[in-house]
Amino acid sequence: MNMAGGTPKHPYHLVDPSPWPALGSFAALLLALGFGLALHPGMLGPGIEAVMKSVHWWAIAPGLLLVFGVMYWWWSDVIAESRVYHTAVVQLGLRYGMILFIASEVLFFAAFFWAFFDSALYPGAPNMPVRTEATGGIWPPKGISIIAPFDLPLMNTLILLLSGTTCTWAHHAIIEGNQKDAVRGLLCTVVLGAIFTCIQAYEYIHAPFTFSQDIYTSTFFMATGFHGFHVLVGTTFLIVCLIRAAKGQFKPRQHFGFEAAAWYWHFVDVVWLFLFFCIYWWGAGKAPIALH
Amino acid sequence: MATAHGAAHDHHAHGHDDHTPTGIKRWLYSTNHKDIGTMYLVFSIFAALIGAGFSVYMRLELMQPGVQYFNGADGTPDGHFWNTVVTAHGLIMVFFVVMPGLIGGFGNWFVPLMIGAPDMAFPRMNNISFWLLPPAFILLLMSALIGGGVGTGWTIYPPLTINQGAGMDLAIFSLHIAGASSILGAINFITTILNMRAPGMTLHRMPLFAWSVLVTAFLLLLALPVLAGAITMLLTDRNFGTSFFKAEGGGDPTLFLNLFWFFGHPEVYIMILPAFGIISHIISTFARKPIFGYLGMAYAMVAIGVVGFVVWAHHMYTVGMDVDTRAYFVAATMVIAVPTGVKIFSWIATMWGGSIRLTIPMLWAIGFIFLFTVGGVTGVVLANAGVDYSLHNTYYVIAHFHYVLSLGAVFGMFAGFYYWIGKMSGRQYPEWAAQVHFWVTFVAVNLTFFPMHFSGLAGMPRHYVDYPDAMAHWNYLSSIGAFLSFGSTIFWLIFVVFGTLLFGRKVGANYWGEGATTLEWTVSSPPPYHTFEELPHISPTAHH
Repeated sequence: MNMAGGTPKHPYHLVDPSPWPALGSFAALLLALGFGLALHPGMLGPGIEAVMKSVHWWAIAPGLLLVFGVMYWWWSDVIAESRVYHTAVVQLGLRYGMILFIASEVLFFAAFFWAFFDSALYPGAPNMPVRTEATGGIWPPKGISIIAPFDLPLMNTLILLLSGTTCTWAHHAIIEGNQKDAVRGLLCTVVLGAIFTCIQAYEYIHAPFTFSQDIYTSTFFMATGFHGFHVLVGTTFLIVCLIRAAKGQFKPRQHFGFEAAAWYWHFVDVVWLFLFFCIYWWGAGKAPIALH
Repeated sequence: MATAHGAAHDHHAHGHDDHTPTGIKRWLYSTNHKDIGTMYLVFSIFAALIGAGFSVYMRLELMQPGVQYFNGADGTPDGHFWNTVVTAHGLIMVFFVVMPGLIGGFGNWFVPLMIGAPDMAFPRMNNISFWLLPPAFILLLMSALIGGGVGTGWTIYPPLTINQGAGMDLAIFSLHIAGASSILGAINFITTILNMRAPGMTLHRMPLFAWSVLVTAFLLLLALPVLAGAITMLLTDRNFGTSFFKAEGGGDPTLFLNLFWFFGHPEVYIMILPAFGIISHIISTFARKPIFGYLGMAYAMVAIGVVGFVVWAHHMYTVGMDVDTRAYFVAATMVIAVPTGVKIFSWIATMWGGSIRLTIPMLWAIGFIFLFTVGGVTGVVLANAGVDYSLHNTYYVIAHFHYVLSLGAVFGMFAGFYYWIGKMSGRQYPEWAAQVHFWVTFVAVNLTFFPMHFSGLAGMPRHYVDYPDAMAHWNYLSSIGAFLSFGSTIFWLIFVVFGTLLFGRKVGANYWGEGATTLEWTVSSPPPYHTFEELPHISPTAHH
């Protein structure tokens, strides 16, 4: 490794050559082609159409597995390197990187919120007669029964907020070198995240509408589903941190991996608050309630 | 100082494990900003030949009225096939030529060198930013060949895109992957610039090219996710029965237009801002003067970036917006002419009273200023919603955006190439070939695009395979120009690129002399594999 042979004259980390980026890119290609073949089995010609039809969604398995593999190998390398090369300046760079990543995620969600407000604010726009006919000029559109906001969604809000506090508990424990409480705090956070996901799954299964019904259900499932995906990612990130905390890898002055997970988790939390207030509550309008 | 350290290190590298990797691993496994920059440049040139090939094919067709080449199997004109080629040309040029060339190529090479950093902040992530591009490019090319192709234009508006064949989904995945590549690259550039500037290099002493990449990276970071969201909704509308863009389900096709252009307008600044940065350095170097109004130049780019996020609907005046909304977007769009004017006039003021050398890069830079200004002026014309009502979707618009992009961004790329090829390869371009390349290209691109103003004003619409006989004259000239441009590019590739790499005169660290003051001129040409292992110190009086 770069600094191994001599005295480093700068505080930066020049990373060794690595196979993971190229392999990860190949995985992305496999995943995209697999997805394409799952959607259009005859895409690459009639020869493999029958095979792809029977394979169906399993077509994305090779790409997905390789993506997961590359993530595991790549981030394992990062964790190993962090012990030697993550100087204060490198850690600052990682912080910038994570904040910027979250900023781009915010704009990703902005697209789905934009879709929601485009339809929720103007369900009966006078220059859009076809839409008005579909929605009846009201939001939620005619014929939609909604999920009661102050039932399970409120409980999920409280669960996520609580998980934010247990996450902060773990953070303080790490800063004070209290490994036991760090593990406890992280365990609570992970469990609360899992409970949130279970409740969300229950809500989806019992929802009085489906993804493909109309614009209300499209925006509802896209926004909450994309958030739910982020909860899964965040929970996984926290599980990794839990394992690392149990191994004693987090030091009071060096625990960026945890911080990144915590920031991500708080971001997911804040997105949920917007979802809850905008889509579940304000977006409920005067529609009949179907799911308590 | 830095030269001595860099060169010395190169010879004593055997004490470390960081010797230059060899063979395929050097490129496939790379974590070196210069190697990755080189791969970006090579990729960009490769994609440019394909993208330009498509445009030559289109100009062949448009050379005469009637349909010569774009006929279907049954011998009748195939407008969908035409639009498929249009789409491929546009997406290739935007995502696989200009962005990889300017940001990935020159950005990777020269941002770390200019700010005195040993490499990018995240060298391994830098490599995936590059390597995601070939899969994205493969998917895009497949999209043109599968399921009848994607005949939608690069703006991929629904409802047309909802009814396209399987290729559309591959195009969506291609954009997802190219977008991920750019977002990761943007994170890398911002972090590098904010966290790794050499001691003493405050933001207000940072070279303008680094400033341009910083602003560009923020635009990428905030604009691309919105496109990703939009095409994700397009994907579900196509395959999973959602109604985001389907009016019959309560959705809204114009929602997509808004989302697309919320990305798409910053995107055009993403393509031009790095060129602004390159031009500033070249003008300053060959006028042998520091850039006029350095801070104004830097903050003009920031202003362009910020205002660029709130003008998007000027691309969709004709969609049925109310008049107040159009009035706002007209005004906001025209505001952008102010910081852009700051830049144009500051370049001219830099040259004013300077000791000007008309080297090849300087020719391209002056050509850039001239042609970009032409495109900018037609942009102000098009900014007027009233005027745009009759010019929307005509060749006037095509002329406008090719003047700012094809003759702006691409001139910026060629300027950067001639300015830095000696630094990157250690060899200087052959002057005669470079002169031929510049002058032929300059005449040819104007011959291609200037007549499009006239055919556009006469009402010739975009995205059609044929046109009335009355338009034949201007179209003939455009086609001749396009063939000349393509020939000139092939000439450049053979005589300039290969000529330089194989037979070019070897050059020293600073082959431009006293006007070239930024840090890349303090290291050898080509620079050692690792530069600035000992960080340079920037004195408060240093030039920008």
